[in-house]
Amino acid sequence: MMVAAGEIFAQISPSTLVPTPSIDWEALVPYLLLAGGGVLLLMIFSLVGKWLSSSFASYFTFAIGLATLGSSFALWRRIGDEGATSTLSGMVGVDRFSVFITGLIGAVVALVALLSHDYIKRERLWGTELYVLLLLSATGGVIMAGANDLIVLFLGLEVLSIAVYVLAAMHLRRSTSQEAGMKYFVLGAFSSAFFLYGVALIYGAVGSTKLSYIADFLEAGSLEKDGLLLGGFALLLVGMFFKIAAVPFHAWTPDVYQGSPTPVVAYMASAVKAAGFAALLRVFVAAFESYQGDWQPIIYVIALLTMFAGGAMAIVQTDVKRMLAYSSISHAGFILVGVQAATDDGVAAALFYLAAYAAIAVGSFAIVGMVAAGARDSNADNTGESMGESMADSTADSNEATSENHIAIYRGLAKNRPVLSAAFMVLLLAQAGVPFTTGFFAKFAIISAAADARSFWLAVFAMISAVISAFIYLRLLVAMYLPDQQNTSESSLEKPSILEGTVVALTVAFTLAFGIIPGYLYDLTQEALIALVP
Amino acid sequence: MNSSVIFAEAGASFPVLSLLVILPLVGAAALLLIPSSRSEMLRPVALLFTVAVAAAAGWLVAVFETSGGSEAGFQFVSRHEWISSLGTSWHLGVDGISLFLVALTGLLFPLTIIALDPGSDQKSYYVWLLVLEAGCLGAFLALDLLLFFMFFEIVLVPMYFLIGKWGHSNARYAAVKFFLYTMLGSSIMLVGIVSLVFLHSSATGGAVTFDLVEIATSQSLATTTARWLFLSFALAFAVKVPLFPFHTWLPDAHTEAPTAGSVILAGVLLKLGTYGFLRFGLYLFPEATSYFAPLFLTLGVVGILYGAVVAAMQKDLKRLVAYSSVAHLGFIILGAFALNIQSLEGSVLQMVNHGLSTGALFFLVGFIYERRHTRQIAELGGLQRSVPLLAGVFMVVMLSSIGLPGLNGFVGEFLILLGTFEANRWWAVVATVGVILAAVYLLWAYQRVFHGPTVGENVKIVDLRWREWVAVAPLVALIVFLGVYPRPALDRIEPAVERLVEHVEMNDGTEASP
Repeated sequence: MMVAAGEIFAQISPSTLVPTPSIDWEALVPYLLLAGGGVLLLMIFSLVGKWLSSSFASYFTFAIGLATLGSSFALWRRIGDEGATSTLSGMVGVDRFSVFITGLIGAVVALVALLSHDYIKRERLWGTELYVLLLLSATGGVIMAGANDLIVLFLGLEVLSIAVYVLAAMHLRRSTSQEAGMKYFVLGAFSSAFFLYGVALIYGAVGSTKLSYIADFLEAGSLEKDGLLLGGFALLLVGMFFKIAAVPFHAWTPDVYQGSPTPVVAYMASAVKAAGFAALLRVFVAAFESYQGDWQPIIYVIALLTMFAGGAMAIVQTDVKRMLAYSSISHAGFILVGVQAATDDGVAAALFYLAAYAAIAVGSFAIVGMVAAGARDSNADNTGESMGESMADSTADSNEATSENHIAIYRGLAKNRPVLSAAFMVLLLAQAGVPFTTGFFAKFAIISAAADARSFWLAVFAMISAVISAFIYLRLLVAMYLPDQQNTSESSLEKPSILEGTVVALTVAFTLAFGIIPGYLYDLTQEALIALVP
Repeated sequence: MNSSVIFAEAGASFPVLSLLVILPLVGAAALLLIPSSRSEMLRPVALLFTVAVAAAAGWLVAVFETSGGSEAGFQFVSRHEWISSLGTSWHLGVDGISLFLVALTGLLFPLTIIALDPGSDQKSYYVWLLVLEAGCLGAFLALDLLLFFMFFEIVLVPMYFLIGKWGHSNARYAAVKFFLYTMLGSSIMLVGIVSLVFLHSSATGGAVTFDLVEIATSQSLATTTARWLFLSFALAFAVKVPLFPFHTWLPDAHTEAPTAGSVILAGVLLKLGTYGFLRFGLYLFPEATSYFAPLFLTLGVVGILYGAVVAAMQKDLKRLVAYSSVAHLGFIILGAFALNIQSLEGSVLQMVNHGLSTGALFFLVGFIYERRHTRQIAELGGLQRSVPLLAGVFMVVMLSSIGLPGLNGFVGEFLILLGTFEANRWWAVVATVGVILAAVYLLWAYQRVFHGPTVGENVKIVDLRWREWVAVAPLVALIVFLGVYPRPALDRIEPAVERLVEHVEMNDGTEASP
């Protein structure tokens, strides 16, 4: 068709022919699936929504997520045969790095779709928009992962972020959710502005926003004064640090995680973080490779701050969602150690960590959501009135005591729900980096990359911070397994639904299987190299 | 051709070491499948699997060749690809240093299951116990640095639950302290392992490998680097041992742990630290070891004296035994860093001795606690009259712990002191004071608990039951046997120790500067 159209145009007026970029449709399948799926879903529900059950949207999104994962496997194989390419006049890179992140985001979308099904039912929300926004935001994430141009990267960032701002505020009847969305939006818009200004400065210094051009230009060393460039580095980093929630740009995280709907939090902690790190790795490790000496120290310091501040602040939390939010900050710091290495091994380690943490985060937040639902039910049964009063008083104490995510809810969970607790135990131990889980190999890969890059002290500090964070996971384990005899929580949890149970089972299986035999995943990350094809 | 050679040849093809590690895990999986309506099946099944492991370990000791082995002295080596791109493999092997620790592990686990009842939640108790056994055996057998680390670290999880869930009143605090303290040490070791591996591969130009023998034999590192790396390993092992001043987690963990937890902790887990010093410290970093030897000798001696003095002050019988562990482990460290054949032989033997005698002491203290529900020495007294058999066993075990000639403790301590005297006589002289102090606090404790008037509840308590006999009898038998006739054990330990000493002397840097 396209060829035929081109021929027709050529016959009409050959002199005014506008060269259109060649489009590699096959490479764009993941983008089209996610974006097209989102738009299609919106249309279906606008037109025939009243005849469809609300489950349809969930299964549809699940299918799109799986298809994205499948298409990235196909692309992966194609790149193996033909090598990395780029398309849309070099704007979109098709390399194994972007394909890996694409597959990861697709898998997360599929799992989060299943989680959302039950969440929406439980909260009595009308939630097609949630799935539409999920798909659109995933599109943005995939664009970020494959962006070969800073402008495209910014486009992806905005598509991702704006959808997530709305997702955070999805729970209409809860002021905390509204607050989360607002906070995230204001701060996020601010950081996007920083990012854009950084792009402008880099364009001013180099004369292009194309990553491959920037890389060659900087490699050649033809820049006499690099003040503008370094300013651009700093501003770009601010934008990216915000997305990955690195200290001191993390302040939004606990509030947003606490207030947002739990499936959305699972998505933010896994896919959004992965997209943010993809951008960081692609731009800094690949494009700004020859200026390593200038940006590595910044990452070094930020990584240290993020790991320790995240771990230390997590310890004092009593709300489990906040606790996991701070722990996700500390994980981000750990991944930054891999970024700091600025080697292929460092990139591979960061990818391994992102994949491992995505599964852990989705599983953990799924369990947190299930426990909160059970706690709310029993609260409604037993202390409905007192809860209403305390809400009215809104004193800190009574709010805390009745919070559905308070750590007290987890007391004695192991007795009531042994299987669920065992699953949570595996995920928590994986976060602590205990051997025979993916969490261990993720930390191991990062430490290896740091040691290989001769950042021994950073590696030592990273491991010390891991021990500090381990305390939080132990605190949760103590609450679940070793409660005070008299203080056992009476929360009676209903049986988990099939879908939520499946999500938890899948993430736990992933965590254990690749924790015992990590070879396959490890090899994948080793092959997922960034290639900036012009 | 005698029969043991035939057996050994059969053993070369049969992966007995992999079986040792995997069998407890299979047992744990089997326990998980038992429905809660058949909970009476849990204990027999757990016992079955641990006895099978013990039998395999016993067979290993029987067919172990005293004249050395195939690959750098390791026997029954089994090696399989695991994560090929990481250069790490499932590599197990046993030599004279690890042989008896494996046997000790195999012995102590079934004994704890026979003698003790967990009380509540039997299923997870036995599951954790079996996972713990797999982890311990894996750590003693691993010849791959990454594999060793994974086993070394994984034992924290079952032990954490055993202490925290079935322990005494303050158990959660002790469990968390135990977990974090040891994790801090080992996580820095992970950085050491990874750095060692990468520095090794860039120095030799070869592929990345975690193989212990390969790295140890090439000795490719610069002196200063090797010293730093040694310290990163040493910290992990020093916490695990625990060496003074890293011992503060031990009394809490021991006091709060259930009896089975204390027995395994003292008998097996602490040995991971001393074993780590021998297998990884001395073997990988011979020069750094002899460079830092004075420091560790001093810490060992301080541990001996400190442990003894603090033990003497204790009012709690279990805490007293825990501090006596600190003192005994000081002896083992002393032997390890005196760096000659006698001292190292004594050190290895003393690891086994300590496992037997302190394991037995914790059993007995646990039995007393079950009967009297107190561990306060002041509340006990005159038990000799009400439980004469228990008192008798306690006496034998205590004397072995003191180091009475004719019992096993004497052989180990004597060899250590002999070797240390040759290497550095003043440390040996000071350490000997520790032997005397051990006699003081243990005899004094015995006197307060078993002698004197029998009053109050101490009158009516019952003597050892048959299950408890089954648990302590093998330990007492071995205590006497090793004391009277240690030759079979020493024959198996000696080749490995000789090889290690030779390795250290070849690489300790003294002959490089003539």
